[in-house]
Amino acid sequence: MENRDNAISVAGLTKRFGSFTAVDHITFDVGRGEIFGFLGANGAGKTTAMRMLCGLSVPTSGTGRVAGYDIISQPEEVKRHIGYMSQKFSLYGELTVKENLRLFSSIYGMSAARFREVSQRLVKDLEMTGMENTLVKDIPVGWKQKLAFVSATMHSPEVVFLDEPTGGVDPVTRRKFWELIYKASSEGMTVFVTTHYLDEAEYCNRVSIMVDGKISALDSPSALKEKYHASTMDEVFRTVAKDAVRTE
Amino acid sequence: MTAAIEISGITKRYGNVTALDGVSFRIEPGELFGLIGPDGAGKSSLYRILATLALPDSGSAKVCGLDVAADYRVLRTRIGYMPEKFSFYQDLTVTENLHFFASLFGVSVRENFPLIAPIFGQLEKFPDRKAGALSGGMKQKLALSCALIHRPEILLLDEPTTGVDAVSRSEFWEMLSQLTRSGITILVSTSYMDEATRCGRIAMINEGHILAVDSPAALAGSLGENLYNAVAPDMFGLLTQLRMMPDVIDCYTFGATLHLVAAPGFSPGETVAALTHSGLRDVRIYPAQGDIEDLFIKQIRDGK
Repeated sequence: MENRDNAISVAGLTKRFGSFTAVDHITFDVGRGEIFGFLGANGAGKTTAMRMLCGLSVPTSGTGRVAGYDIISQPEEVKRHIGYMSQKFSLYGELTVKENLRLFSSIYGMSAARFREVSQRLVKDLEMTGMENTLVKDIPVGWKQKLAFVSATMHSPEVVFLDEPTGGVDPVTRRKFWELIYKASSEGMTVFVTTHYLDEAEYCNRVSIMVDGKISALDSPSALKEKYHASTMDEVFRTVAKDAVRTE
Repeated sequence: MTAAIEISGITKRYGNVTALDGVSFRIEPGELFGLIGPDGAGKSSLYRILATLALPDSGSAKVCGLDVAADYRVLRTRIGYMPEKFSFYQDLTVTENLHFFASLFGVSVRENFPLIAPIFGQLEKFPDRKAGALSGGMKQKLALSCALIHRPEILLLDEPTTGVDAVSRSEFWEMLSQLTRSGITILVSTSYMDEATRCGRIAMINEGHILAVDSPAALAGSLGENLYNAVAPDMFGLLTQLRMMPDVIDCYTFGATLHLVAAPGFSPGETVAALTHSGLRDVRIYPAQGDIEDLFIKQIRDGK
């Protein structure tokens, strides 16, 4: 029986490419409003799993529901009810701040009227008033990140997927970004996030660690530290991931 | 003793963006020296100048005692440069790439193989695989092998660990320590603050300025702040409340705890009492040990 309180619910999710099993029977739930850290070594299968959760890749076997929709039979509905942001590619540098916002609003199916309604407030929330007509390639990294987050969440998705959102960012900006995540989560949005910064794993309600296609550990940061007799998530990660065979 | 790298007042502009603003520091032979700073700090611009691929607008730099502008041809044979985007040929095999780079520098793979053996050893399983088909970690090892095959005196590594998981990053730093033991000087950049402790000395860079140069321990010790940890089950509530308190100069997330920079009259006991009174449960505040990341945050806060 499906739990209505879960934003994400997957069982036995598997993806094979030929003889290679990229994702091997993963099973987990993410509650509404939860900040869920999805960690793993390079090549563990995180990206493949995330693509299936976003309705971009059909599982070989297993089932999954995201934001109330079946990832196999209703992938288009899934896409409409989630947001996705990656550090590497989320914004168009040759478009202005306002144009990027408008583009993403229409991709996520917002009406022009609704966009006019929210765009002023968004620009103000971003503290980017006066920068609306600046090309995105000319704005500092920290601003780009906030803009990318807002672009991925302005349609109020139930779940937002953040793929290494803070890579290469200075420590102050990185922390400001996490405060945006906290705020979104406190307003009921479910946050599914990958990162290579292990201190950021501490900010998640629960964390899973993928090794060679399987989920090898899943619990709250404090429970994981206790289980592995570690004082930091960095130690936990190294203990869990050190025997990984695959490297990408 | 001649410095391995000596940078004097380098400024580099791109249009109206000043990427580097009067950068000076010196690296001694045999050092494992880290250049630590976020994206856009100017790290890659500095690398391009040191690798003789770009000229500074003003200032000068000497690498192996040679001027990066006047002596660029000779200098290129004495340095190994690994840019952030690997520069080997995707359509050549592992072995072909290695031989290609050896022939560019007029050396044979055989004579210098012992230097790269510990790194290249892990690639020998697939000598005929196209470089483009390697995993990220393996590409990194191939790129490092290619940058080392002519036995350079100085290795310039620009963000070799970006996007790499914690276990692989740790292995990579082990390899670098090994290389310095064979006498190679290494300048390595990273945006991961926690990697600073792997270096003998570091330069912290932000927005084109060098903030500080020293050993990681000395830098952490120079923080000079009244620093505390703060924890409570409701961390975000705690953060919001602490920021509004007059004795709190700054408060920010720091892994499992919050770091709190306190003004002189700060009392942990009174603060806990006040927070409890306003509804927060199980608050604990206790002294914290600062590190490079705290220093970086302080420098940014002070507008340096």
